[in-house]
Amino acid sequence: MGVSKRRVRGIFRKELREYRHNGNIIVAMVIFPLIFLIQPLLTVLTEAASASNGLAHEHVLLYMLAIPALVPAALASYSVVGERQQGTLEPVLATPIRREEFLLGKALAAFVPSLAISYAVLAFFLACVELFAHPGIASALLRGPDLLAQLLFTPLLAAHGRSGSASRSRPDRAMFALPGSSACSRVSRRSR
Amino acid sequence: MIYLIKWLIRMLRRPTEPVEPPAASPVGVPAAANGRDEAAARTLGPFVSAGRVTVPGATQGAPALSVHNLGKRFGDRIAFQDVSFEIGYGEVFGFLGPNGAGKTTTVRTLGTLIAPTSGSALVAGFPLSPENGVEIRRRISIMPESPGLYLRLSVAENLGCFADLYEVADPKDRIDRALRAVNLADRAHDACGTLSKGLRQRVALARALLSDPQVLFLDEPTSGLDPVAARDVHDLIDDLRQRGVTIFLTTHRLEEAERLCDRVGILNTTLRTIGRPSELRDRLFARTLAVKTLVPLTDPDRVFAGLAAVDSWHHDGTAGYVLAVSDPAVSAPAATRALVAAGADVLSISESRHSLEDVYLELVNQDQEASRTWA
Repeated sequence: MGVSKRRVRGIFRKELREYRHNGNIIVAMVIFPLIFLIQPLLTVLTEAASASNGLAHEHVLLYMLAIPALVPAALASYSVVGERQQGTLEPVLATPIRREEFLLGKALAAFVPSLAISYAVLAFFLACVELFAHPGIASALLRGPDLLAQLLFTPLLAAHGRSGSASRSRPDRAMFALPGSSACSRVSRRSR
Repeated sequence: MIYLIKWLIRMLRRPTEPVEPPAASPVGVPAAANGRDEAAARTLGPFVSAGRVTVPGATQGAPALSVHNLGKRFGDRIAFQDVSFEIGYGEVFGFLGPNGAGKTTTVRTLGTLIAPTSGSALVAGFPLSPENGVEIRRRISIMPESPGLYLRLSVAENLGCFADLYEVADPKDRIDRALRAVNLADRAHDACGTLSKGLRQRVALARALLSDPQVLFLDEPTSGLDPVAARDVHDLIDDLRQRGVTIFLTTHRLEEAERLCDRVGILNTTLRTIGRPSELRDRLFARTLAVKTLVPLTDPDRVFAGLAAVDSWHHDGTAGYVLAVSDPAVSAPAATRALVAAGADVLSISESRHSLEDVYLELVNQDQEASRTWA
């Protein structure tokens, strides 16, 4: 039996709706990007044109890769805690959903917004540099290899941030941590 | 990453069609228990599709639930053991027992949420096994004791999520009908966190109805509901029963079980008894007549001992007597004649009615006495 796209979509959409109504998640989605946007932006915008030589040897853009590494972890943590607090795991597990569908829906719900935020922040940063930084600084920063690395590493880090947080907060363990359900995971694992 | 993408593509390409259930079990229970025939079950209802009951897992003649020596143990602690029963399609089965008796664990086990440690079961035509977990869960629905709703989402959003998880066709219409059934249509856009406990319970019930289940497990469905809302739930259960939905009801409200259930089982780690409420009463208690007179009889032994229809008697207060009889219809007139002949002023003669509560308390007391004896 394969993965049901509708069930994955159901979890994904539910997660996004929960994010929308959860102030803590919204703050996490805003704070992390701001921290990692403002500091490099101020640095770059206040640099004189003479500093472009020094910047050419630094990889300021890579600093922003912290966003896709941290945001998914925060989202995943809030998501798992929310499920446990509200006691929603049992009703969800009582549906025909499989473990991989549940985890895939959760992973996508952490991965997609994180990716969107990371690319949006990057685009904003690049636009600010292009528009407001000294031309020499802009050309020193906007190098092809750095941009390419940024584009490629962002999804990889977002996926790793998600899986890393998953391994720490163990949503699969939470998923089967119903009262007295040590064997529950065995059932689910075998019922895939 | 490449392996992850390949795995995703492979999983998405696989078919997701539901599996046809296996052949009929040799165990047979009438398809529509207690006189509810399939014609009645075929009636189009707000939840149950026309003719759905005629193809319950396509296992003709198989019971909706068939449990054989099922047991669950957590380490050294036995949750329940050696539980066996069968439930037919369209039957409302009450599962009673004190706290910690294993009722909820039984529901979780039959709902494939936890694996049994012994025994076997057939749920909606499928053997209870890890491989059949998804197919079983497609055909059943569980309303847990705690509603378990996403409190930040609206009622409609909660149900929409579960409609996706059950892959319900035409989810909007289905959600509308489920909400109308529990009288919550006007609260569809309210956040669940703003609802009272009783209203959340009704949302959970609407969620359980979404998937048009063949077997519906209701764990304390009227817990926290006011009497009017509880009556609505009772009416809904009656309605579902008439449409052939099998309902497995765990409850502490014995009057609810007596009113709704065709049969009840009383669990106290082991299944203590099972049967129709009237059968259980007859099985546990001798049939009795309660006699009340204006003044105490001078020689009651002479009055009652001479009656062939009376097996024994004992006092019940100063001017009250309880007669153990085998057939009240024969004994009551005979006792009346004897009392009148003895010059007694008879206030009333009535058959004593033991409630399901009496049955329940008797069995639980027996268990407690047995455990005290062992201790």
